[in-house]
Amino acid sequence: MLKLSKAIFLVSAITIIGFVPLSAQQSHEEEQGHETSSHLEKGFDAGKFVIEHVSDSYEWHIVTFGEKHISIPLPVILYSKSPELHEGKSFYVFMSSKFHHGHSAYKGFQISHSKEFEGKIVELDSQGHEIGKPIDISITKSITGVLVSVVILFWLLFSVAGAAKRNKGKAPSGLQNLLEPVILFIRDEIAIPTIGKKKSEKFIPFLLTVFFFILINNLMGLIPIPPFGANVTGNVAITMVLALFTFAITTLNGNKYYWKEIYNPDVPWWLKFPIPLMPIVELTGVITKPFVLMIRLFANMLAGHMIVTVFVSLIFIFASLFGTGVGLAASPISIAFSVFIILLDVLVSFIQAYVFTLLSALYFGMATAEHH
Amino acid sequence: MGLVMPNPGTIFWMLIIFGIVLFVLRKFAWKPILNALSEREESIATALNSAEAARKEVEGLKADNEKVIAEARREKDIILKEAREIKDKIVAEAKDKANLEGQKSIEQARQQIQAEKTAAISEIKKQVAELSVLIAEKVIKKELSNLGEQEKMVNGLIDDIKLN
Repeated sequence: MLKLSKAIFLVSAITIIGFVPLSAQQSHEEEQGHETSSHLEKGFDAGKFVIEHVSDSYEWHIVTFGEKHISIPLPVILYSKSPELHEGKSFYVFMSSKFHHGHSAYKGFQISHSKEFEGKIVELDSQGHEIGKPIDISITKSITGVLVSVVILFWLLFSVAGAAKRNKGKAPSGLQNLLEPVILFIRDEIAIPTIGKKKSEKFIPFLLTVFFFILINNLMGLIPIPPFGANVTGNVAITMVLALFTFAITTLNGNKYYWKEIYNPDVPWWLKFPIPLMPIVELTGVITKPFVLMIRLFANMLAGHMIVTVFVSLIFIFASLFGTGVGLAASPISIAFSVFIILLDVLVSFIQAYVFTLLSALYFGMATAEHH
Repeated sequence: MGLVMPNPGTIFWMLIIFGIVLFVLRKFAWKPILNALSEREESIATALNSAEAARKEVEGLKADNEKVIAEARREKDIILKEAREIKDKIVAEAKDKANLEGQKSIEQARQQIQAEKTAAISEIKKQVAELSVLIAEKVIKKELSNLGEQEKMVNGLIDDIKLN
């Protein structure tokens, strides 16, 4: 029975290769659960499966055949404040394969299985108890995904830049034709109307970079074959950095009208004195604007990935609840829904990249507006 | 909580990566692309402007041409009119002259005829007189061959004179 369900599992996994890495991870987890008998023998933990798909990890899992895990090891970079636990050295760089997919500890470090530090690298004391996290700047799956996207981004834009130089004063050609309308859209429909023709020149490179960075990462996240498919823009740290850039540029470019509107807005005096009610509200707004940018992109992309994974896991939920046949019967519906959601996510990828860029441009426009 | 708590390591790398991406793209991608775009826009704008200018110029030329043609037509009309006038004048003059010549020669002919006539008449008169004298001589000679007759005639003559 288990064998048969694994067979279906493989067929489905090949059908939607995207979920191979994490489906495989799931089966591996299942093995583990079996070992520690904390799971039912045929139990399928959909929640865990989904969360693992969208979470960051120290290795890039590709596929599992039976007991054999195939994954790309990624560099782990650690700095420990207590070197006495790690053979006297405090700075460590090694590949994540040393952890053997989380099964073993390495030089006093281990991928935690405890509730508090789930999935993170922790330091172990001499008795093997977790004592806390070291400073961890590992190149994780998300960062690798970003790097892959950056390579694509550079290739794409440098070839367009090359074409632009080559075709100076001539009609555009090739990729240039594809990207120029998008670039023009961002310049003429987003930047210039919100910031103004003259002032927008300074911000257009950032807006373009942010748009293409988010778009490429969103779309690469939807391609389910490694080295794509990492949940990059659904990682809150990534969107946080993007929002921080918008926040920093807004703050650095704020003119005197912008600051006056924050500290001394045109409202009745009793709203400013003795309790500076409006300044507090305005200052909160300064923080919430980038915060909302961060959450919107993160939540949208995370939700997209999660829904697709949930639809795929439906097959296994049905299989484990009602037997293999039902799981098999449910798979076409699940796959159809997954395809639909992925197509929807393609649309969402464009919309979210657009919205992030548009809102950033609006904030820049507010910060540099001359008067009200 | 794992999903919504940003991981410091990811933030660290992302700051570096995105900073580099922003810098590199700004310098090596957006600058040439945006420059090329604005240059092309400018060149298109100039091309359109110059096309417009050329169109206007052509229109101006056309108007000029029309003016020139109208002028030429007017001049032609004037010249034709003048020519017609001159022709009429010449014809009239010629007619006048011809008339005058004709008159003159008719006058001359008349005078000549008159002179000829006068000459002829005086010739005839002379001849007639001679003939008359001759006839008279003969008649008288014949008449006055007898005395009675002579007297009669003299009386007759005297009567005539008396009557006069």
